Amino acid sequence: MAEQPLLQVEDLRVSFNTEEGLVQAVDRASFSVRRGEVLAIVGESGSGKSVSVMTLIGLTRGPNARFEGRAIFEGRDLVSASEGELRKVRGAGIAMVFQDPMSSLDPVYRIGDQIVEQIRAHESGVSKAQALDRAVELMERVGIPRARERIRSYPHEFSGGMRQRVMIAMALSNAPKLLIADEPTTALDVTIQAQILDELRQLRDQTGAGIILVTHDLGVVADIADRIVVMYAGRVVEQGTLDEIFYDPQHPYTWGLLGSITRIDRDRSERLPAIPGLPPSLLAPPQGCHFRPRCPHAFERCTQVPELISRLADAPDHLDRCWLSVEEKRTLRQVGDQIGLATGETVIS
Amino acid sequence: MSVETDSQRGAEPANGAALLSVDHVKVFFPVKSGVLVDRTIAQVHAVDDVSFDLRDGETLGIVGESGCGKTTLIRALARLVDATAGAISFRGTDITKADRRALEPVRKQVQMVFQDPQASLNPRKRVVQILATPLRLRGTPRNQIESESRRLLQRVGLSPEHLNRFPHEFSGGQRQRIGIARALAVNPTLILLDEPVSALDVSIQAQVINLLDDLQEELGLAYVFVAHDLSVVRHVSDRIAVMYLGKIMEVAPGETLYEKPIHPYTSALLGAIPIPDPEENRARERPIVSGEPPNPIRPPSGCRFHTRCPRATDICKRVEPQVTAYADGHLAACHHPQNVTGVEIRGAARSDDSPLSSGSEPPGAEESGAWAVASSSGVDPPSAE
Repeated sequence: MAEQPLLQVEDLRVSFNTEEGLVQAVDRASFSVRRGEVLAIVGESGSGKSVSVMTLIGLTRGPNARFEGRAIFEGRDLVSASEGELRKVRGAGIAMVFQDPMSSLDPVYRIGDQIVEQIRAHESGVSKAQALDRAVELMERVGIPRARERIRSYPHEFSGGMRQRVMIAMALSNAPKLLIADEPTTALDVTIQAQILDELRQLRDQTGAGIILVTHDLGVVADIADRIVVMYAGRVVEQGTLDEIFYDPQHPYTWGLLGSITRIDRDRSERLPAIPGLPPSLLAPPQGCHFRPRCPHAFERCTQVPELISRLADAPDHLDRCWLSVEEKRTLRQVGDQIGLATGETVIS
Repeated sequence: MSVETDSQRGAEPANGAALLSVDHVKVFFPVKSGVLVDRTIAQVHAVDDVSFDLRDGETLGIVGESGCGKTTLIRALARLVDATAGAISFRGTDITKADRRALEPVRKQVQMVFQDPQASLNPRKRVVQILATPLRLRGTPRNQIESESRRLLQRVGLSPEHLNRFPHEFSGGQRQRIGIARALAVNPTLILLDEPVSALDVSIQAQVINLLDDLQEELGLAYVFVAHDLSVVRHVSDRIAVMYLGKIMEVAPGETLYEKPIHPYTSALLGAIPIPDPEENRARERPIVSGEPPNPIRPPSGCRFHTRCPRATDICKRVEPQVTAYADGHLAACHHPQNVTGVEIRGAARSDDSPLSSGSEPPGAEESGAWAVASSSGVDPPSAE
């Protein structure tokens, strides 16, 4: 714990003013990333996982957005930073890879030119030829064969997996200290996903960069993450190490998530202990714990919001937002021989 | 893997007429070019000589990566695209070339649920109208349509009050339930599911999978379940067919497929899927296959996987492997099968599902140095791992 985290997010709140009312997309999210670490932010659509990370590099800024809290990166607060300051951070400090590589590449420019532009935008005094050599090097590093020829290709000439490699190459072009990858493999086939995850792993090992991986896929998380943040309806409901979250999950939503996944190494079981109901609308979230309406274990106290704190004596960094006692949790989360949300059938309305 | 553990329906031998029978079906799409006159300059081999049978109440999962032809295949089964060659029979009746009128009784038996519930429901119609069309088709009297619609909604876990809402008023998971209700409206015996849960969040995915399970149990439905996610497919299927570039590479019950995949492509696919359990994941050996699937306009000769296969040899480039039937209904099209013993190979036979263009060399033929004598010589394939 002696080492200063690379990024420290504290009580981040993001809200958007929409026609229908105020949407509290992120509500007091706190997490940190260290050097050489992969932090996975897990959650479903509308959980605020993407908004949280996009806010870090200023992509959610707009006339209708409001921000509170802090995100300290190298002594600088990214939430209150000016556009100019953020631009510098985006170049050398933080890079981002998006889910859909087709819409993040410009279809009318050659791949090479786009990488060159990226390199020269953030580094003065690099000649075009030098930048081109660097681009080839980067493309080779992320496993694009015949990089020297393919640098002249347009994005449409590349497959989805190759485009995502180009995005990673561009993200690496300025040797970032923190890489944010938002669902980087969701649009890709599994064999290609395995290749891309391998690239990310190598990147972390070789450069010591920190990685924030935003995903809904717990398989990918189990494969690559060191620590996990679980988000639900705008709030962080639990965070801990990979093993803590998978083997000693404290929040009922995490149990539900773990119970909901199908696995290739398990045969057709009776039924999946699915989470009943739907996530709440962020326009009118429920009072207290946001998971309360779907939680079979909710009681009176849950109308108040629990703090995100450690409730386990032996794991000070394993935090959760749930009022249940640790003993209660350990019995309640057991559904048969697996972890899940114990519920009867509920009509979804 | 032993026979005893395979108590799944899928492991039992087929008896009686199949519900659905697919024989050497091909679906090719022309690639056209030309200024005034369109000339067909090439063909996309989307589905290239695929055969299988489906029994009543059975779920066949079809998995593969994008471009493997799984969606084209299921669309051909629903007659949404026409097969270029081969035959599709439903309860013994050939429907491959059946016209609209001849198809009508079949359409009441075979329904389809699509990947994107948003795109497959008419945004200008209320739920009651969406359900009324198939209900009328079934012959439901006018005055019972509303009560039947309510019953259907309840059956798929939606509230009957939602009858007068429009599709946009529902979430993705709810819309998929409406899509399922529409399919159920005609009392089908077979539902074709094309990536039915891929667009949904994990917790909603689980709800819909449970619903499909319940419906199958209550109504005795048969499913053909197409998905790219092998974990989901394993959860719902009795048997799984693995496709690659238009061909079926392997068919087996879920557990057999996972425990002893015969085809190297199946192993590659399985190895690529991370298990959502850190310890199991760390313990697993996971070879990463390099490269990407080749272009289906010019598929590789011989075995389609040979360009990426770690076990490929000369014969794989020259001869398309036959589909070999091993014990327990385990089928695989590979010259160098893994996870099988020499005895098992000798006990195996060429399956009628073999593509017409495939060779007759038995698996492991090349290792023995002679094609024909493989059955008498003790051929041991290279051991797995």
